[in-house]
Amino acid sequence: MADTPVNDSPEQAEFRAYCREWLADNHPGRPPLRLPQGALEVSDPEALEWLQGWQKSAYDAGLIGCDYPVDVGGGGRTNCQTIANQEMFAAKTPYLVNTIGLGMGAPTVFFHAREEVKQQLLPNLFSGEEIWCQGFSEPGAGSDLANQQTFARRDGDNWVINGHKVWTTLAHFAEWMILLCRTSKEDKYNGLSYFVVPIKGALGNGATVRPLIKMTGETGFNEVLFDDLVIPDLYRLDEVGAGWKVAMTTLAHERNAGQMLTPASGGMPIDDESGVSTGDPASLIALAKRQTRHGLSAADDPFIRDEIIKLCIRSEAFRQNRRRARAPLLVDHAQRIPLQTKMIVTELQQDMAKLAYQIEGLGSSLATTDPKAPDAGQWPQAYMNTFGITIAGGTNEVQRNILGERVLGLPKTK
Amino acid sequence: MSEVQPKDFGFGEDEAMLQDSAAKFFGDNLPADRLHALVAADSDPHRDNRCQWDPDLWRQIVELGWTAVCVPESSGGVGMPLVAAVALAEQAGHAGFPGPLQATLMSTAVLRACRTDAAGETLAKVTDGMALSLAMSNAQGGLEPEDTGVTVDANGNLNGAAHFVQEARKVQALLVSARGEAGLGLYLVDAGADGLSIAPDVIIDLTRDQATLSFAGVSAVEIAAPGQGEAALLEALPAMLCIVSADMVGAGEWLLQTTAEYATTRVQFDRPIGFFQAIKHPLVNLMVEIDNAKSLTYNAACAIDIDADNALQLARMAKAQASDMAVFSGSRAVQFHGGIGFTWECFVQMFFKRQMHSQMLLGDGPYQRRKLAEMMIGPVAA
Repeated sequence: MADTPVNDSPEQAEFRAYCREWLADNHPGRPPLRLPQGALEVSDPEALEWLQGWQKSAYDAGLIGCDYPVDVGGGGRTNCQTIANQEMFAAKTPYLVNTIGLGMGAPTVFFHAREEVKQQLLPNLFSGEEIWCQGFSEPGAGSDLANQQTFARRDGDNWVINGHKVWTTLAHFAEWMILLCRTSKEDKYNGLSYFVVPIKGALGNGATVRPLIKMTGETGFNEVLFDDLVIPDLYRLDEVGAGWKVAMTTLAHERNAGQMLTPASGGMPIDDESGVSTGDPASLIALAKRQTRHGLSAADDPFIRDEIIKLCIRSEAFRQNRRRARAPLLVDHAQRIPLQTKMIVTELQQDMAKLAYQIEGLGSSLATTDPKAPDAGQWPQAYMNTFGITIAGGTNEVQRNILGERVLGLPKTK
Repeated sequence: MSEVQPKDFGFGEDEAMLQDSAAKFFGDNLPADRLHALVAADSDPHRDNRCQWDPDLWRQIVELGWTAVCVPESSGGVGMPLVAAVALAEQAGHAGFPGPLQATLMSTAVLRACRTDAAGETLAKVTDGMALSLAMSNAQGGLEPEDTGVTVDANGNLNGAAHFVQEARKVQALLVSARGEAGLGLYLVDAGADGLSIAPDVIIDLTRDQATLSFAGVSAVEIAAPGQGEAALLEALPAMLCIVSADMVGAGEWLLQTTAEYATTRVQFDRPIGFFQAIKHPLVNLMVEIDNAKSLTYNAACAIDIDADNALQLARMAKAQASDMAVFSGSRAVQFHGGIGFTWECFVQMFFKRQMHSQMLLGDGPYQRRKLAEMMIGPVAA
């Protein structure tokens, strides 16, 4: 939102006009089936197929991977992904289902893989034809990510992998996994290495994917077991023992503080009638005006009014922080605002979903499967799902450690 | 709403240079120990209510031209955008500066909104170094333009009382809002005028001065005619809100950095206390609140010059955020300094108290949010 037409470079302006025209003609319309609230919850193959179709058409049109070089399947443009993202949000197109690939896999592969691997993997990642997942968390390595126990043993030109990954979103559809694991037990951080793993090809042949059920009853994430999985050394990223450094590239991008902007789309309301979106707190005003709460209009409840305005202020502040982070004269510490992004976005979404269900009063007691539920029960459901994002990608408590240590200079936890 | 605004908030090289020189000036001339010696030499609650500041430092600031940064060039001023005043106010807050800079910058915004010859002449006096403050509120601390306790009679003389007037003993003149037959007008009164008495309040904030003004047939120069004052005050309100918000942002940053530094040196349980997440995480939360307040303030200040229709809403957002942050910054700074933070000798107390005071100027967070709810959600059904 903050990058404005008046500030566009000539290339951006031309590309914006192109995106706008293409989106006007090629918006995929309403999905033929009810989609889950976000890409991380997709578990129905039909939903996947429809979303892959949308991503492929957007990629073929040049709206995804715009800033990557042409020889790895990108658009070869400069600072144009931000334009495509803005235009896709404005056009309320569906979300991009290969979100882990786009946000984490692509930049990590791009900065650390061998040239031939980049050329092999990135085009189908951008197009969404090959879904990606992330093998980072383990039963004993959550916030303490470097405590990896999954082990890769060198065997000639191959690596043999054994171990147990958890919370592996989209693993049930994934062709590829980015994998952080241990190659030496001598050193906690320097004993890690990083690979890309052809996981679908390995199912039943060294890899097992088992669904985990979330508190909402939905699936979407998994545990993955490796039992003597063999992969070629070609799929190692960077040096043996440099896994932690490569993981930092992944994490910086996951937290929106990386060099490459993640292609992103969204804003299509889940329920046409509600028009309420988790991205826009002003839409809570509309919700409050048509909801009764404990027998009265929610829009007249002073507590609700105050809470809505607080969220509008936080949301505006977030937008203006992003804008300020790009104004060099108003930045004292380069990482101060970028490192806040993950924490701010996820807590904003959580608090918005919380307020939305609270606006509904007793109506919020009804589940998505009860036809009487207001807004099809999406708000209490969204509230529960937001704990996925405040925990994933480094819990927000870990984000606060990082900010306290890197920006405020406080003593390190580790 | 930000679509028409420039990426950099209109904050260019000139503004950055002004901000840097202000930071250096205050760093050289008013470090916290010097401020403490200046305003906190006497801890006796019954001490003489003297005006504790450094008039010589103020003279230097006036000579640097900072009070005239937002005075239009037509009145001899520098004619910079409001973000320049915000940058200065932020540095003044960071230093806990005890002087009428904030009051004069706010008065300048009101004078600019009057667009009368008399206002132009008064702005020319600001260029020449006159310090000014606003007298707008009644005994109830009302914040609406109509809440003045001063009236103007048929001869143009002022009667009544103005309360919660900032820096009244440090300025040469006061800009008074007064009710006449035809509505609200604005008047310039000399601080030494006959019939005006300035009774200093005893206030908690050691870095400011505040007074109750009584008017008994005080002669005044009409700046905005009766009926014109309300519109001028409303037009200037976004700028005034931004200037107070910027002060809190600066003071909040001082409290944050001072407390973070203390947390790296104070050792308990064999570790610097900043190691513990009970200290680390709230300090990060404070940093976020400061950044939110700062970005909202620069955004609103930029909107005043470029997107005036949205300026009031954005400025109320900034003031709401900055006010809540202000109290949070003071509370965490004292708490994390532990026992020493609770003492008079610790510098934190001066900024803690300034934040408490700034929070209330022009209305605190709940007040701003109530106004915002009326603007954004609509009135509550009767």
